Amino acid sequence: MERQSNREGIKGWLNPGRYGLERVAYWLMRLTGLGLLVYFIAHVFETSSIVNGKEAWQKMLELTQTTEGHIILTIVIGMCVFHTANGIRVMLGQGGVGVGKPGRPDYPYKPASLNSRHKLCILASIGLAALAMMYGLAVLFGE
Amino acid sequence: MATITPKLSDEFPLTIASSTNSVTLRISKFNPKTDSTATFVEFKVPVQKWTTVLDIILAVKQHLDPSVAVRYSCRQASCGSCGMKINGKPALACYTKISELNSNVVTVEPMNNFPILRDLAVDFTQFFSTHKKLKPYIIRDDSEVTGDTKEFLQTPKEVEEYLQFSYCIKCGLCNSACPTMATDTSFIGPQALAQAYRYIADNRDNGKKDRLKIIDDSHGIWRCHFAGSCSQVCPKGVDPAMGIQLLRGYLLGFRK
Repeated sequence: MERQSNREGIKGWLNPGRYGLERVAYWLMRLTGLGLLVYFIAHVFETSSIVNGKEAWQKMLELTQTTEGHIILTIVIGMCVFHTANGIRVMLGQGGVGVGKPGRPDYPYKPASLNSRHKLCILASIGLAALAMMYGLAVLFGE
Repeated sequence: MATITPKLSDEFPLTIASSTNSVTLRISKFNPKTDSTATFVEFKVPVQKWTTVLDIILAVKQHLDPSVAVRYSCRQASCGSCGMKINGKPALACYTKISELNSNVVTVEPMNNFPILRDLAVDFTQFFSTHKKLKPYIIRDDSEVTGDTKEFLQTPKEVEEYLQFSYCIKCGLCNSACPTMATDTSFIGPQALAQAYRYIADNRDNGKKDRLKIIDDSHGIWRCHFAGSCSQVCPKGVDPAMGIQLLRGYLLGFRK
C-alpha cells in the first residue's frame, strides 16, 4: 500500500504556542543555540583577523563599534543568558529533578512534569535575558 | 459547501429540531494511491453543547460524504483509535467537544509523524513495532502460575510507581506532538519510552538491563529534549515526559 510519511519536519518546531510554554522554551532553546553557533563561527573569523596584522584587526573591531554591531552584540548577550539559564533547567529536568513523582492520575489530568516550577524557571530565563540585554544596551550605547 | 439540515431523527443525535448552532467542519481528504496533495472539504454541521468532533465527522459520513476515512471504536477515550489533529493540535476526536474549541471552524487532519492510509486514518505499524521492541511485559524467570505464591503482591506505593504509565491507550497523540518525531524517523518516541519506564519501575520486573540497553541509542532516549508536548496532549494523564526524564535518571545513575 502506498503511504505518505506526513512528518512535520522543521516546520513542526514553528508555531510553538499551541503546545504551551515548555514548547516555546524548546523553540527558543533551538533558536538561541543556532544563533550562538553562528556567533561562535563569526567570532572565530573576527579574532582570526589578527594574524593579518594590527591594521586588519582594528578594521574588524570597527565593525563591532557600529550601531548594527551593538544591536547584534546585545542579541548575543540575550541568547547567551537564556540558553544558559534554560539549559540548567533542562539539564536538571532531564536528570529527573523537579519533574514530579509518579502517582494516580485524576481527571482533569494535569501533567506533573509541566509544573509551575518549570514554568517559573522558563519565565525567569526570559526575564534574565531581557535584563541582560537592557544592561548590554546601556553599556554599549551609554556615555 | 454541503450542509446538514437539522431535522427530527432517531438515527443520529445531531439531527434534532432544537439545534441552533452550527460549525464548519473542514476535513483533510487524501488518498495516497490517487492524490498528490491533501485537499480540504468543507461541511456545515449543526451542533449541540455536548457534540464531539467525532460526532460531527460521523454525521458527515452518514449524511453527506460516506467516503470519509476515519478510525474509531469506543467513543469514550478508551480505545485510542480516533486520534487526529483538531485545529492544529493532536487530540482524540471522541474526547474533544466542539464547545471546547471556541471556534466556528473545526479543521481535522491526520496525525503528523504517522504515514497516512487515507483521509484521517493513519498507519500504526511502526508505532506498534517500536512499542513491542521495548518489551512491554513483565520479564522474570519465575511465574505466578508455577511459583509458591499465587500472585506477586505489591504495596499501593509500589503500584503508584508505574500506575499512571500503565494508563497508556496507544493512541499515538504523544508521538504526533513530539518535535523530535517530526524530524527523526528512527526516534523511539515518547510512547515507547514511557512504556519502558512503566515496566522498569514495576518491582515485579527484572528486564531493566535489557530495556535500558535498547533505549541507550543514538535515536533513543537522548533525542528527547524535554519539550513536554507529549504530556501536553496525552488524554489519559500518562505524562510521558515525566517517565522519560525519570528513565534517563537510571542511565545517568540518579536512580537505582
